[in-house]
Amino acid sequence: MRYIFCLILALWPLALSAQNWEDRQIFRGAALHDTAANTDAVQLRILSSTDTAFFIPIIRRFLADRPSVSIEYLVAGSAQIDHIFRQAPAQYDLVISSAMDLQFKLTNDGYAQPIEDLVTPDWAQWRQSLFAFTSEPAAIVIRRADFDGHPIPQTRQELIEAMRARPEVFRNRLGTYDIRRSGLGYLFATQDARASETYWRLTEVMGNLGTRLYCCSGDMITDLANGKLAVAYNVLGSYALARSETASALTVVLAADFPTTMMRTGFVTASAPQPELAKEFIRHLIRVQTQAVDPESFLLPPLIQSQITPAQSTIALGPALMTYLDRLKRRMFLKEWTRAIIR
Amino acid sequence: MKFLLVEDNPDLAAAVCVRLQLDGHTIDHAGTISDAIAFSEIGDYDLILLDIMLPDGDGRSFLKQHRDQKRDTPVIVLTARSQVSDRISMLDLGADDYVTKPFDHEELQARCRAVLRRKAGAAQTVLQLADVTFNPVAGHVTVCGKAVSLRNRELRLLELLFNAPGQIFPKQKLVDRLFSYDEDVSANAIEVYIARLRKHLEGSALKITTLRGLGYRLDHG
Amino acid sequence: MAEPGQVQGSLRNRLAVTLIGGAALLALLLFFVVRSYAAQIAQQGQDSILTASVSSILDAAVLRDDQVEIDFPYAAFSMLTTPADDQVFYAIYRDGELLSGYADLPQQADRAAPKQFQTAQYDGKTVRISTAARTLLGADVRTRITVSVAQTQDALSETLNQISTNVASFGFGFFMLAVLLSFWVSSVTIAPLKRLTTSVTRRGPQDLRPLTKPVPSEMLPLVNSLNTLMRRLNQSLSQSEDFIAEAAHRVRTPLATVRSYAETTLQRVDKEENRQALRSMVRAIDESSRAAGQLLDHAMITFRADHLEHEDLDLGDLVQELVQRLTPVAEMKDIDLVLQIDRPVRLIGDAILLQNAIRNLIDNALKYSPSESVIEISVTASPHPQVAVRDQGAGFPSDEIADLAQRFSRGNNARGTIGSGLGLTIAQDVAAAHGGSLTLSNTAGGGACVIFSV
Repeated sequence: MRYIFCLILALWPLALSAQNWEDRQIFRGAALHDTAANTDAVQLRILSSTDTAFFIPIIRRFLADRPSVSIEYLVAGSAQIDHIFRQAPAQYDLVISSAMDLQFKLTNDGYAQPIEDLVTPDWAQWRQSLFAFTSEPAAIVIRRADFDGHPIPQTRQELIEAMRARPEVFRNRLGTYDIRRSGLGYLFATQDARASETYWRLTEVMGNLGTRLYCCSGDMITDLANGKLAVAYNVLGSYALARSETASALTVVLAADFPTTMMRTGFVTASAPQPELAKEFIRHLIRVQTQAVDPESFLLPPLIQSQITPAQSTIALGPALMTYLDRLKRRMFLKEWTRAIIR
Repeated sequence: MKFLLVEDNPDLAAAVCVRLQLDGHTIDHAGTISDAIAFSEIGDYDLILLDIMLPDGDGRSFLKQHRDQKRDTPVIVLTARSQVSDRISMLDLGADDYVTKPFDHEELQARCRAVLRRKAGAAQTVLQLADVTFNPVAGHVTVCGKAVSLRNRELRLLELLFNAPGQIFPKQKLVDRLFSYDEDVSANAIEVYIARLRKHLEGSALKITTLRGLGYRLDHG
Repeated sequence: MAEPGQVQGSLRNRLAVTLIGGAALLALLLFFVVRSYAAQIAQQGQDSILTASVSSILDAAVLRDDQVEIDFPYAAFSMLTTPADDQVFYAIYRDGELLSGYADLPQQADRAAPKQFQTAQYDGKTVRISTAARTLLGADVRTRITVSVAQTQDALSETLNQISTNVASFGFGFFMLAVLLSFWVSSVTIAPLKRLTTSVTRRGPQDLRPLTKPVPSEMLPLVNSLNTLMRRLNQSLSQSEDFIAEAAHRVRTPLATVRSYAETTLQRVDKEENRQALRSMVRAIDESSRAAGQLLDHAMITFRADHLEHEDLDLGDLVQELVQRLTPVAEMKDIDLVLQIDRPVRLIGDAILLQNAIRNLIDNALKYSPSESVIEISVTASPHPQVAVRDQGAGFPSDEIADLAQRFSRGNNARGTIGSGLGLTIAQDVAAAHGGSLTLSNTAGGGACVIFSV
């Protein structure tokens, strides 16, 4: 291999440094690896809610063909991303996030630019600007040790019954997103609530037993692994499976009644400094998830390919996503949720 | 022969009358159609010479009336028109022939004879001199009771001489009568025809005498 | 041939162009009317969905402890999904104060009575905005909620474009159909005019009767004028015919008088020089009357050649009649006319012209033949109907055969023979008018041979 990839954790002395990033890495093409301080190089700035680890193979492959390009990959929570981006939209070339509703609203508000020649299924894009590239269900992750001798619940109803049956096991050992802080958590919660009343019953049971609230899937899985949690609700299964050390201890259950499925989406910003390169990156994203030749190059679950239309439980890309983003609706939903979950 | 000339122009009528009388024909003249009808009802004419443009009408109306009355007197039309169609319509109306003005009298008489010859049954004069008979219309000649065949010019020469036996005919006068004016012939051309006629008359009492420097004369007996 | 008339445009084309122009106009009108109607309907469709969205939001508004809560259904926005992924904007106001949504969405100036629908520019795009208001009554509060929902018009314009394309092709089809119909209509309309033309063209030259066939009323003035013209033409033709006849009569009658007197005098005068003068006189009269006759004949033939009468006739009968008529003249020169007709020779032609032409040929033969000679006239049917006239005269001068048939030319040996050049010209013209020809040659025995074929 001619190219060597550098992974540099740079300490960028800019105003941006004030931002509290979850992670921030710069990837350089082969031609740039010796000139670390070269600021003239073409740089793509990606604002993403996806952990860097999932994107490393994707970025490496992209840079393999573009040795003189560098990519700055900035990670923030999905709700934060919306906030950060709206404040300085011209500073980022790409926005990639799992919070479909926020992504949709950004696109609807005109922050995205179209890529006319990119062919994807109708349901996997919106206005030829916002493109989905994964299908990821929300999962119930269970610490197997706490269900020794008990059946693994397959639906939300079974989970409720399991919790009611052994409240001592689950008290304060339940985890879910703090939907006030997590965009993805809010999306999953609102979609669950929309789909079935079971969600509120489950939330109330969880509230009665005492539930820990998390900002991110990663933390929940860590606490499952170390035994702080017995059950995590609405976690991204892909994160759980990706961590080999936890895989044996945990069971990922996709609720058989309705597995809420999210699509990770990305768009090129309307004021992108490098629009052509950014479009190239989106094309690259779609291409690698489609080909899936090398399982190592795309660590996320690709878009469901077998169906022309997505499964009914997949959240549709459409104006309805804006419903729960409405200030009044959000206030009401959060009020109800808070009342249910926090005792 | 007895002619009825229907012609409104008095000068032409006079000229034609004089010319025909010179050849020994009888001729009555009518200047209008009404006169012509009156004449034709009483006179027994061998031939009618009919002008077309007349003061009291068209010659064609006379023709029609003439034929409607079932008279078979032959009619020869004298026309001043040269349109072929006019000539044809004249024949359709029952004229026997036509001549265009100005006409050659020799031709007129030839046509008269031809018309009369076609009308079998019309009265035909047979002239006789000594042992020779002569029918000028049919062109029949017998010498000593035997029929002799003469050609046209020989007949016309014989007719000239027959009409005036004993009269001297200068050569040039005979040439003028026998040949048309556009024929360029000398006076001596007549000698051939005199010689032929003499040969035909051989054995008869009629003789053609040559009078040197004067002409020819028909003698009989 | 007749001089062709001046052409300015074509009635049929003008009619067709007018009809096609009208059709094009109608097609365009159809296009715009249907398009605007479609636009109206499509707009109504969008408006009704926007209204439904607005009212579903308004319906969800409740006043709780003087606090407005609007728990509007998911469907309020999901119903705004379009195939073109139209953008959606909304704004919810409480007594003019923004509660939620897009603050900068254009608002109605008149908040008291907002128009239901409005088309405006938002974020650089044309949006359709539906607005409605509702008054909520609390315990001691009265508040007014105004909701506006806006949508871009991408799907609408896509639909409109598709309709436009369809309507355009429909309009074009209609137009093409109309073009075909226009051609049909114009040719049907013009047909009576064509029939009139045909019936006038087919008439013989002598046929100047008025046209009596019924015609469309618009053509009646034309037919009336045509009939008047023909009546006048007929009148003037018969007048000039009468005039020519009268003129000929006036000239020829005195000539006949002079000729008769000259002949008579010739018989009475003995002196040779006087006789010579009289003979010259007769020759001059003959020549002038013959020339005048032939000039008139030639003029008549030139006229008739343009309008040939077509009648079925037997060439043999025609020649036989001529020979019979000329026999007395031939006999005067002791010339035998020998006529040979192998069988009936039928042909379509103008009898008067043919008769005139052949008579001229026999006349010529008589003029140039010596006394006591034979003129052979033969009529044959194949390969073409033809009449050959062979005499025993001196024949044509070999170097002038080609020129001989030209008008007014006369052979060298014709001196002293009254004018005949025009005779050959007439014969040739008649032959040409019948699609035939006149061939001049000399026989082996030296005589002239003229072959007239049609």
